[in-house]
Amino acid sequence: MTRYILKRLLGAIPLMLIVIAVAFFMMRIAPGGPFDSERALPPEIEQNIKAAYDLDKPLVQQFGIYLWKVMHGDFGPSIKIRDFSVAELIASGAPASIQLGLSAILLALMVGVTLGTLSALRQNSAADYAVMGVAMTGIVIPNFVMAPLLSLVVGVYWELLPTSGWGSGELKYKVLPIIALSLPQIAYISRLTRGSMLEVLNSNFVRTARAKGLRDHLVVIRHALKAGLLPVVSYLGPATAAVTTGSVVIETIFAVPGIGTYFIKAALNRDYPLVMGVVIVYGALIITLNLLVDVLYGLLDPKLRSNR
Amino acid sequence: MTAVLDVRNLETRFSTPDGMVSAVNSISFTLNAGETLGVVGESGSGKTQVFMSVMGLLARNGHCTGEALFQGDNLLTMPKKKLNTIRGSRMAMIFQDPMTSLNPYLSVARQMTEVLIEHKGMSAHDARRHAITMLDRVGIPEAARRIDMYPHEFSGGMRQRVMIAMSLLCSPELLIADEPTTALDVTVQAQILDLLNDLKRDFNTAIVMITHDLGVVAGLCDRVMVMYGGRVAETGSVQDIFYAPRHPYTKGLLQSMPRLDGTAGSSLYAIPGQPPNLQNLPKGCAFHDRCSLRTDRCRDVPPALLDYGNGRMAACHHEEATR
Repeated sequence: MTRYILKRLLGAIPLMLIVIAVAFFMMRIAPGGPFDSERALPPEIEQNIKAAYDLDKPLVQQFGIYLWKVMHGDFGPSIKIRDFSVAELIASGAPASIQLGLSAILLALMVGVTLGTLSALRQNSAADYAVMGVAMTGIVIPNFVMAPLLSLVVGVYWELLPTSGWGSGELKYKVLPIIALSLPQIAYISRLTRGSMLEVLNSNFVRTARAKGLRDHLVVIRHALKAGLLPVVSYLGPATAAVTTGSVVIETIFAVPGIGTYFIKAALNRDYPLVMGVVIVYGALIITLNLLVDVLYGLLDPKLRSNR
Repeated sequence: MTAVLDVRNLETRFSTPDGMVSAVNSISFTLNAGETLGVVGESGSGKTQVFMSVMGLLARNGHCTGEALFQGDNLLTMPKKKLNTIRGSRMAMIFQDPMTSLNPYLSVARQMTEVLIEHKGMSAHDARRHAITMLDRVGIPEAARRIDMYPHEFSGGMRQRVMIAMSLLCSPELLIADEPTTALDVTVQAQILDLLNDLKRDFNTAIVMITHDLGVVAGLCDRVMVMYGGRVAETGSVQDIFYAPRHPYTKGLLQSMPRLDGTAGSSLYAIPGQPPNLQNLPKGCAFHDRCSLRTDRCRDVPPALLDYGNGRMAACHHEEATR
């Protein structure tokens, strides 16, 4: 197992390099630069500023310098948010983003698995159709539509929760963003759970469990759920990626001071170091979580456990 | 002798998108304590579904009527809670495919001890000791070590032994074995049958052996019930069925057995035609269009299952004269 994890970690290094390279060059290919939106500067001053950020050097050399610094833990200064380093900005945005992301995934897992299992147990009943219908809607409606709708209905019409903002991190500010972030995942996970549970509930080994006279909840929880959850566990990797990208939109809509908000602003302002910093953090996060998911998968499936 | 299982007028139907399928059509039989009943028939003759109905394990679209009295209580109508105190404890079932019938995600220890904890209220420790004894009993070497393994670490034959050990944990009065050796090698098959024979002797368990292998029946059973098209074609003692079959279908089955003393190269006998469509059973005898003796009466009038004495029953118009 340790060997397997080490191997995967080693494999993550080239992957990260590719992610960094693609992000770096794409960002530079995009037209415009960090200082285009400011009033015209005398050429000498512009030249000096560019030199300060190494922007006057050839692109490949810039990439080399950037990689070298990153390897030494230096993500550079933000170009647009003066006096702050990228590391400081990410550290200040991370708590809100991590809270949102983790809560959304946990919520999606709990609600999605429960709904999916209940649907499977009551296959083709009105409840099943209702859950699956709602789930389909949840998958179809994009988050940039769902989030403003939630904000409008719950925040403006019903005046139950604040429409946006973060306050000092009170729960009432977090509810809507978390729901908006988790809804598509709830929808997807419940459909996934229903499908795999239906298959497992009709399997021979669940029939054996019934034949043993086990009570229904033991048959479902002990015998069926573990097998039924495997596809959900493997979906957790893509799910974290989806939640991460979703959070960029959701944070902006709900004005959450998280990494996602910085990312959007930085991308629009061509704040190269900040964009790169966020890309690296997101990339590392997704790679790590995927590794975790694979390890978890191995723990759930004894066949994989003994092969490693 | 008291009947362990008394099935009366059991009917099992499945609703499918293509219409109602009648898998079991008014079946009645009794099974006494310590007796072994062989249930024989082709695939689709309803032999498995009879006992799925009895165990309450019908697929979701299945529905059964009639009575299945276990020590006097009707299994088909009792609340699920009560049924769960009987199945796994006083009545157990072994399934056809040992490769998929054990839960691949739980250790053998977990799957065995849960039966004892659930039905006997044993402590985890006692249950484990008892489970090891039972694994030992069915011939699993190093049972104390292997009990912590997972099903995929056992061969097919060993898994079926685990299944048998699991079904016997609570010393059931009735053991239903649904083609327990079909998926196994012939050598392993012989070992499993020996094992069942020992159990019959040691525990006085009533056994139902569902099979299409007449060799298995001859080696293990006291009585035989031959099923065709979801109905009983014939029942009787093993001796009677093998040496004096009354129903043409039984005769066909016996003729279909390959013989060692047959001439080499001669083709094997097969009953012509196909098993009947259970969605649309013939009006008369279900076997009539494959039968060499068929008459118009066979086609139009279903033969009654008549008693020929000594526990001998058959459903064939041509036998009625011999009563």
